[in-house]
Amino acid sequence: MSTVVLLAVTGLGLGALYFLVASGLSLIFGLMDVLNFAHGALLSIGAYGSWWAASGHLPGAGSSGAGFVLAVAFGTAVGTLAAVVLELALIRPLYDRPREQVLATVGVGLAVPALLSAIWGADARPFPGPHALSGTFGLLGARIPVNRLVLLAAALLVLAALRLFLGRTRHGLVVRAGVEDRAMVTALGVDVRRAFTLVFAIGGAAAALGGALGGLYYGSVDPGQGTSLLIFAFVVVVMGGMGSVAGAALAAAGVGLVQQFANYYTASGLGDLAVVVLLAALLLLRPSGLTGRLA
Amino acid sequence: MTTATPVREAAPDAAAVPPGARRWTRWWPAAALAVLVVVPYSAMPLPGLLDGPIGSAGSLQLLALCLVFGALATGYDLLLGRTGLLSFGHALYFAAGSYLTNAFMTEAGLPFVPSVVLGLLSGTALAALLGSVSLRVSGIAFSMVTLAFAQAGSLLVERDPGGVTGGEEGRAIPADALPSSLTGIGNTANLYWIALAYLVVTLAVVQWAVRSPTGRVWEGIKENERRVEVLGLRPYGFKLVAFVLAGALAAAGGVVHLLLTGGATPQTTTSDFTLSLLVMVVLGGSGSRWGPLIGGVAYTWADQRLGDLAGSGAVAGLPSVLRVPLSQPLFLLGTLFVIAVYVLPGGMARLPHRVRTARTRAVASRRPPDEVGKAGADGATRTG
Repeated sequence: MSTVVLLAVTGLGLGALYFLVASGLSLIFGLMDVLNFAHGALLSIGAYGSWWAASGHLPGAGSSGAGFVLAVAFGTAVGTLAAVVLELALIRPLYDRPREQVLATVGVGLAVPALLSAIWGADARPFPGPHALSGTFGLLGARIPVNRLVLLAAALLVLAALRLFLGRTRHGLVVRAGVEDRAMVTALGVDVRRAFTLVFAIGGAAAALGGALGGLYYGSVDPGQGTSLLIFAFVVVVMGGMGSVAGAALAAAGVGLVQQFANYYTASGLGDLAVVVLLAALLLLRPSGLTGRLA
Repeated sequence: MTTATPVREAAPDAAAVPPGARRWTRWWPAAALAVLVVVPYSAMPLPGLLDGPIGSAGSLQLLALCLVFGALATGYDLLLGRTGLLSFGHALYFAAGSYLTNAFMTEAGLPFVPSVVLGLLSGTALAALLGSVSLRVSGIAFSMVTLAFAQAGSLLVERDPGGVTGGEEGRAIPADALPSSLTGIGNTANLYWIALAYLVVTLAVVQWAVRSPTGRVWEGIKENERRVEVLGLRPYGFKLVAFVLAGALAAAGGVVHLLLTGGATPQTTTSDFTLSLLVMVVLGGSGSRWGPLIGGVAYTWADQRLGDLAGSGAVAGLPSVLRVPLSQPLFLLGTLFVIAVYVLPGGMARLPHRVRTARTRAVASRRPPDEVGKAGADGATRTG
């Protein structure tokens, strides 16, 4: 029983990480039809930003208490900034060339991890987290690391904030309408392109937050982290339906749980394989994605 | 003026080159090939470009790698530039050729030649099988299905089932499995010639395929798939032919790479490897005859040599703002790639043409007004 509980909570924690990456990816694809290969790079930027601040380089930030919160906020802000710069400088001039947009993000996705490893080395760096978050707590007889709960709480918070933003604000309305039918919204006289930068900022912030908290989850940061998470985020996006935040949340939880349980109860590594094969199977059975948005 | 005009009309893409020179420049690939064949006999040093004289084992190894990746990129462009299929899983077929051939030698204990043939055949069969499944979807979904299959292959290799793949370490070929003419530093020239032969075969196959009736249909699919369907052709079959042909060429490249590096390496299975192929093709010029080759050679050279250069005294003395990015070839290549996507839509292969067009325009703007309109229209048709 205790193993099942531990696996479930860990799977949900992993799912929370996937959700943070996939929610932005899903919105960006849903609205702009851009498959953002640089999303993993945004996550890495957030992770390294938080790590840099938490290691004492940023005055006021540190590895415990309010200092850690500041470090995470700093990492998230840097990631958001990077996403906005990416959209304004690289994606915007290529609006009428969709394939080139994907290629440009591929280039950024290659260059950013390389730059990170040029500055801080290719090896993983230990991530300084607060002592309060490195312990465990008891739940139904299982000892569960506290950082899983932090990830879950952050993901739920982001989910709630995104739903509020999309459902209750005017900008959110434009984004939702744009995901539904971009041509129609443009024809009605609303400049959807202004929402693009906003969506990129939101996606970048979520991914960077995921990177910062992923540092807690893995205990270290390394330049390739974001890229390796990206493929699982793609699985989540396709399963949850492009442009659907709630769908991404459900799919992320599902993928995280399947991966953890399969990795534990069958051979190690088989869970990852199962998820990847699931992606291919889903796309082949439902070519348009589960909600009919793809292709 | 009057003497220059007929030449331009007769050979619009020859621009200012006189007809005699044109006839001779047509044979430059043969001359280049002849030079490449005799390279191992040369002891000329190329300071900066190569570490030792051209004929030395280290330089030949690097040159052979450049040729293999140039050829591999040319094969990949069959999908990307010729048929318009964005596959993110091409690494899988390259790795399949390399790992399967190795497995036939080490696990099944087969001799060298049957292993190579079986490795090629099974790599091609894998491409046919997965291609027939992946091509049931199109667009971004196709890209992601191919990515998923390649990732599955990568995870499988990493898991090392039954000790066949060697996991993260890769799997070296046992020395006694190869003919003696292919092992040892002294025989690097033979490996170099094999790589060159692979390149020539790839270029010939791609050129022949693109000019065949099937190649015309590929071009049509790339431009507008729906219209090909309206003409009564089924794009699926044609796309599958392109996919299998590219997969077979990649598997052959995998075998050459296996011989060249003396083992199968897990880096060749990753999605990053496919992305680097994408970078090579776009950097060199997608959809052109020489572009992917140029891109592949330039990328491989930069990837191998920039790292060494970064360790040299010339770069170590630079301030850290310059030194840090220079020490990571992938950063430079990624940045170059983004720039190429922007300012160089046709890649490096289109560069001379663009320069020529720009020069014609500059000349035209200096002409009297009645000539300007004519030259301008001329330039416009050429850019299209």
